[in-house]
Amino acid sequence: MDEKYKNEFGAFAPRPQVEKKFYNGKYIFAGLIVFLAMVALPFLPNVGKTIPPPVRQLDTPVIQKIAEKDRQCIMPTEWMRANHMQMLIDWRDNVVRTNEKGAPNGRYFKAPDGQKFLASLTNTCMECHSNKEKFCDQCHNYVAVAPNCWGCHLTEGKKLAEAK
Amino acid sequence: MAKVPKPSELLPGISYQPPAKGWMDVKPDFRPGTYCNPAAPKWMEWIGYPYPQARSIPDNNWGLPDNWQEIVLQGMEDRLDRFRSLKVFFDICVRCGACADKCHFFLGTGDPKNMPVLRAELLRSVYRRYFKKIGRVLGEIAGARDLSEDVIKEWFFYLYQCTICRRCSLFCPYGIDMAEMTLLGRELLASIGLNIDWAMASVAQCYDKGSHIGATPQAFKDMIDFLAEENERITGITTTPSYNRKGAEVLFVTPSGDYFADPGSFTLMGYLLLFEYIGLDYTFSTYAAEGGNFGWFISHEMGKRLNSKIYAEAKRLGVKWILGGECGHMWRVCNQYMPTYYGEPVNFLEEPVSPITGTRFENAKVHKMVHISEFTADLIKNGKLNFDPQRNAHIKLTFHDSCNTARGMGIFEEPRYIINNVLPEGNFVEMPPNTIREKTFCCGSSSGINASENMELRMQGGMPRANAVRFVHEKYGVNHLGCICALDRATLPTLLEYWIPEVDVTGITEMVGNALIFPDELERTTDLRDRPLVGFEEAAEEDAEEGE
Amino acid sequence: MDFFKRHFLVALAAVLGLVAVAYVGSQTKLQILFGVAVPYLAALIFVEGLVYRLIVWARSPVPFRIPTTAGQNRTLPWIKRSLDDKLDNPDTFKYLLGRMALEVLAFRSLFRNLRTELRKDPDNPEGARLIHWSYKWLWLGAIAFHYAFLVVLLRHLRFFTEPVPMPIQLMEHADGFFQFFVPAVYLSGIVMVVALFYLLARRITNPSLRYISLAADYFPLFLILGIGISGILMRYVYKVDIVAVKQLALGLVTLHPVVPPGIAPIFYVHLFLVCVLFAYFPFSKLMHAPGVFFSPSRNMVANNRWVLHVNPWNYPVKFTPYLQYEDKFREAMIEADIPVEKES
Repeated sequence: MDEKYKNEFGAFAPRPQVEKKFYNGKYIFAGLIVFLAMVALPFLPNVGKTIPPPVRQLDTPVIQKIAEKDRQCIMPTEWMRANHMQMLIDWRDNVVRTNEKGAPNGRYFKAPDGQKFLASLTNTCMECHSNKEKFCDQCHNYVAVAPNCWGCHLTEGKKLAEAK
Repeated sequence: MAKVPKPSELLPGISYQPPAKGWMDVKPDFRPGTYCNPAAPKWMEWIGYPYPQARSIPDNNWGLPDNWQEIVLQGMEDRLDRFRSLKVFFDICVRCGACADKCHFFLGTGDPKNMPVLRAELLRSVYRRYFKKIGRVLGEIAGARDLSEDVIKEWFFYLYQCTICRRCSLFCPYGIDMAEMTLLGRELLASIGLNIDWAMASVAQCYDKGSHIGATPQAFKDMIDFLAEENERITGITTTPSYNRKGAEVLFVTPSGDYFADPGSFTLMGYLLLFEYIGLDYTFSTYAAEGGNFGWFISHEMGKRLNSKIYAEAKRLGVKWILGGECGHMWRVCNQYMPTYYGEPVNFLEEPVSPITGTRFENAKVHKMVHISEFTADLIKNGKLNFDPQRNAHIKLTFHDSCNTARGMGIFEEPRYIINNVLPEGNFVEMPPNTIREKTFCCGSSSGINASENMELRMQGGMPRANAVRFVHEKYGVNHLGCICALDRATLPTLLEYWIPEVDVTGITEMVGNALIFPDELERTTDLRDRPLVGFEEAAEEDAEEGE
Repeated sequence: MDFFKRHFLVALAAVLGLVAVAYVGSQTKLQILFGVAVPYLAALIFVEGLVYRLIVWARSPVPFRIPTTAGQNRTLPWIKRSLDDKLDNPDTFKYLLGRMALEVLAFRSLFRNLRTELRKDPDNPEGARLIHWSYKWLWLGAIAFHYAFLVVLLRHLRFFTEPVPMPIQLMEHADGFFQFFVPAVYLSGIVMVVALFYLLARRITNPSLRYISLAADYFPLFLILGIGISGILMRYVYKVDIVAVKQLALGLVTLHPVVPPGIAPIFYVHLFLVCVLFAYFPFSKLMHAPGVFFSPSRNMVANNRWVLHVNPWNYPVKFTPYLQYEDKFREAMIEADIPVEKES
């Protein structure tokens, strides 16, 4: 071995030899494999599959009746995708909690282009998007979101007028 | 010798505020009283340690070998290969600081480099610089620094301000053990010729003659015979120790502190009385005359060299098993290292069985060595010992768990069981719970630094222990500190003399010796230290007057 | 600039730099880099680095059995050992598992933590005394952070699995149980960030800790804070199209990577910081996670005296043999009536 090697043993002890191998390798690599398996487990079922993202269905009777060029939600689609939950909850708070009945704008949403809409999930949104399973639920399920809209709201197309 | 400041100067002077300069830029302050002298070349030559040379700490030049850097780095690499602990402890510290206010040296000195985490960083910074790519590239910002002579001096200063007590390891969320790093760091220092004189002298003496104090066989015998005579004078009981006797059933090994000086010697008198009482067939050995192991404070190699004598002697004498006296680091070595040092089953010895009670010490079936407290507790439990606890009525005791037996072995109940049997009820109180058992504080002078030139440091390091003793002294009138450690018996009296002189130090077996009732003994009016027993104070005074 | 500022600011600057790189980079044509290449690379570095580090550790033996004993050891059968004793000084493999489980899952040693201070005390002749008291804040901060981080990680599986497994959904509902704000606020995210601020604050405000802290201590704190804050902002303030996010995430784990258009830059910032964290992990102090399993003072059974531990590099050492010793002292020994092997 290296002649220059000196240690606290002075002149008369050679450098202790450590055999090149894994010590307690059994435990260490078992632990490593268990860890990696646990990490991989949730992903394994889908490896190699192509999972298409949900496609929002717009083929409801009401939308079909609108001319293609006029098909436009109350806000731009991109914005709606990210923020619709915020809008709906604002509507709810406005209508149910904060605003007095009959106060101006209380029940109406003014879009940037000046158009006014009745602030109502059932009557406005679902007027067009009457296909809850295909439009709402698909995406919500995809990202595992469980909105509590449907705890109160009717899902079938009952109109405000009828409710009155 | 440097003058040690008075307690009333020392304690208020402690500040835990770190200096403004970063720790890499602060050099150690080698103030007299805070460091141990480097080893005299003679000792190193005795044991064949490298680069013996007369060195002086205040000198700028420490006389390191030319290629010292290479030696240290190669030594570090070698130890990383041999000790997984070192690799892991170097890699995983998150510097959470949980260990910081656990170290008695930090509490006593306020020096931030005595926080175990930073003491470890002193080594780690070099590891990062030479063994980690990031440290090599980024340097200081990655916590890495060059291995300079200043770094070596810093290591020497701070690695000998660690008593390997493991209190930090207890509180570390990953069990990082500064003791392990300190030991290996000291090995690195030793490999370039840096050792401390106190430890090295003890090691060389032990290696050469048989015990740390360098007693020749005849001196060893003299000392113990003298203590046997003392026993006879005080108790009227003839205790007849034998030496190097072949065919004895038990080899008794105890640290030299127990026969060398008070108050350890009183504990040895206790051993002699106890063995006489039960008629144990035992022998001392003048060759394996040392239970303690200062070698282990220097290197694993030296620890093994000194320790090897015990089994070798047991084999030569043909004993059945080994009984070990009260000692802290001796038992840490015996418990955690001795069978591994030996490397194979110790077949020439038998599984220890108490010849008096027939109890089989199954927990020592590989080690073949029994702790005196286990042995005594078993005797008491089986009703083999007849005590008069009133003979210890002048002792109001608190018990100091020695760091090594606490965190390197786990012996807590046996000494307490013995204490409760040899002391009158109510004479034993515990110190605050955060300062005993596994959380015990070290005496501040263990691991080979119980020299005299570093007295200020020792008093600082022992401050947390003394502080807890003071608490029970003031609250309950405690006047004795019991322990099962010979190093404690050597260092705590100095410590208590400094901080709280009203308290004495005693071994546990000393109190056993006091309390044992022999059928044909003299009427006892004093304890083994010639102090009057409760109820005999007047007689003692009269004696004293007559003596005058 | 002093030591503390240098280490603190370097770490802060590094994390801010990473944020800037991702923010700017994701608005160029490099989305494929930040959305696909970097995540794959990070995962690869993480696994390889982890395996490498474990191999490095595994190559060194554990020569001595050195558990830190924190309870009564096994001696005489009538000496009672409480459950605490058995767990803190394990004499069997079963209790060793218990000790490790407590250490890993409940941070046992940190729970023991004390604070010690030198207090003024006029009754004491030296005018001060040491006071020790139980100090659990560090434990609380640490355990809050680690468990919150774990929940956050597991919660994110909703982006990587399809269908989302029931336990993940349940956990998510529990996490968002207090339905204030929309979308429902996840407690884990809040706890994690608060705990991180605590850990950072103590590092900065405690003089001793500030003294020992390195850039390597601040960097992971800033990094994970960056991850937490960007995640929280993304969920509650600057919304992103999470259907697209999930599409990207699923693409990564199904090995059919896609980068759907229209994901806001903040998502790439978040993802990039996560990637850096994973790649950084094996080369940093974050290895304390696997490291705790390797710590010989914790992971060994305290059975030294009845089970032999073998040191693989044990070697014979030189020591004075008895006869050599006797040769030296023979005459004196004979004179002192000490038995000898050879009379002359």
